[in-house]
Amino acid sequence: MSAVSLKNIVKKFGGFTAVHRMSMDIPDGSFVTLLGPSGCGKTTTLRMIAGLIDPTEGDITIKGQRINDVPIHRRNLGLVFQNYALFPHKTIAENVAFGLKYRDISKADAAMKVRDVLELVQLPHVSDRYPKQLSGGQQQRIALARAIVIEPDVLLLDEPLSALDANLREDMRVELKRIQHRIGITTVFVTHDQSEALAMSDRIVVMSNGRVEQIGTPQEVYNTPASEFVSRFLGISNILPATCQAVDGQDLSLELPHFGKISMPREKAPNVSQPGPAQLVIRAEKLLLAEKSAPADDRIALDGKVEAVDYQGQAARYFVRVGDQQLQVINMIDQHPFEEGSDVSVRFRPRDCAALPGAAS
Amino acid sequence: MGWQLIRAYTLLVYLFMFLPVAVVVLLSFNASQFGSFPMTGFSFRWFVELAGNDAILRAFQTSIILGALTALISTTLGVLASLALVRYEVPGRNLISTLLIAPILVPEVVLAVALLLFLNFLSINKSFFLLLMGHVIFTLPFVILVVQARLVGIRRDYEEAALSLGASPVQAFFQITLPLLAPAVFAGMLFAFTISFDDITGTLFWKPGGVETVPTQIFAMLRNSISPEINALGTVMIFLTVGLPLIGLAIARRMAMQRGS
Repeated sequence: MSAVSLKNIVKKFGGFTAVHRMSMDIPDGSFVTLLGPSGCGKTTTLRMIAGLIDPTEGDITIKGQRINDVPIHRRNLGLVFQNYALFPHKTIAENVAFGLKYRDISKADAAMKVRDVLELVQLPHVSDRYPKQLSGGQQQRIALARAIVIEPDVLLLDEPLSALDANLREDMRVELKRIQHRIGITTVFVTHDQSEALAMSDRIVVMSNGRVEQIGTPQEVYNTPASEFVSRFLGISNILPATCQAVDGQDLSLELPHFGKISMPREKAPNVSQPGPAQLVIRAEKLLLAEKSAPADDRIALDGKVEAVDYQGQAARYFVRVGDQQLQVINMIDQHPFEEGSDVSVRFRPRDCAALPGAAS
Repeated sequence: MGWQLIRAYTLLVYLFMFLPVAVVVLLSFNASQFGSFPMTGFSFRWFVELAGNDAILRAFQTSIILGALTALISTTLGVLASLALVRYEVPGRNLISTLLIAPILVPEVVLAVALLLFLNFLSINKSFFLLLMGHVIFTLPFVILVVQARLVGIRRDYEEAALSLGASPVQAFFQITLPLLAPAVFAGMLFAFTISFDDITGTLFWKPGGVETVPTQIFAMLRNSISPEINALGTVMIFLTVGLPLIGLAIARRMAMQRGS
């Protein structure tokens, strides 16, 4: 059964439509991420599930119950904010116990639950402190503890890691996933950070301009993007104009200027169903640079010239001219990076590519 | 050289402002029965006489009740108005806000006469209740300004978090918003009290016959003679109106310190 389901949700703010006819089902116990740039409607969607704003049209159901008209305080949700929103005038224990006051729980049980959840977030000794006395990462753990101690039907996380600095963010990412896994709670996570989304989610909902671009597992959205937006938003992609020449049972053949004919498995281009204009998507890290003299292998090889190098330590990003296209290539560095101006062989396997229907926008 | 001049000038300005106050305080301890220099000795005599003066004690009582009620009503209305203006989409929000603040911008005499004429027009007699309402009208803007400023700084997240945890909007207000707003509410209350306690212009117009507040009582006493009692009363007033906000500030600081902020 779906823990949360949205049916044809529309949200308008005056004349502006923030969310267009959005539908999705969130399976019980899964970790679903709403991913997109700012202004794509992801936070608006989360706030509609939370009950902080009302949808203009459509139905929201939680555990099969339509909750459009249920006010937020009767929805039994856990909400974690970007800025933690711990009550500054209450101690950590009081903060965590806050939601328990409104439930039929005896004082002794509440105290035990508070202790257990503080144990779970690995901060058992801070009960008597005030939020300001904790670091950002600790405050976010407490905010999480406060949200899960009430055993909500759904946990809603609104960019909970954005306010933390980079190293801490990665630790918290692992920590958050561990806790979610442990208690098996259905979680909706909002972020604009693709690496968070890829690392944590069971499913990713990629959004742009209030519309769903693609829903899929992290691997699906990364490897077989359903739209140009998705392929550009996740990772670094080269998107090349092509013509689809034929689609048969298993394969798809594309013709590209300068590249020639490329044949790829159909599952890499589920949306290309008929011959016509198309686009080839090659991830920057799926291209391999080699010396021109290197022996041929199973990859397609093209001649290129390195135009710029962006050195990144263990890897480098190259801008390589191939015919009339400039391709971005990210390769691990073996001893020395290729130098600017050097002639190289650019190689790739068709099965590492994806294809999209329609001409470039 | 330039700085020396500015320093001297500043000093003179401060002397001009505070010397008369200092003189009043000093003379209130004068043993002489004339309220002027030279001082003949140090004495609490005028304070003792003040404590025995029924008219003044009655005026004090009136002023304190009036000030306390004004503070209570003004703060309650001010908090509610600020909540509506800051947290909710009220149509004509800017207009309402301007109207509520307007009593500060209108000269008090004009406000006083206008209210009096309005009451006359409605054939309503002057009463303590109307005096109280008059004080509420011109203390309300101060409360609203202070509370609004603080409320804008309190992120909605806190309230939303409380709601998501199961608190009803009213519970969220009393559990979260009001405690966070407390310093501003407290400051607004003190403001309202001291402004009401200090006021003479509006009070002279609005007070019903036979009711005197401390300022109108002083004013009445001055018409007859300058008694040293007035100096003593002035000193008490100064300590009340300066001391109260200072004590309030100290309490607010302490409250903030205890919360580790």
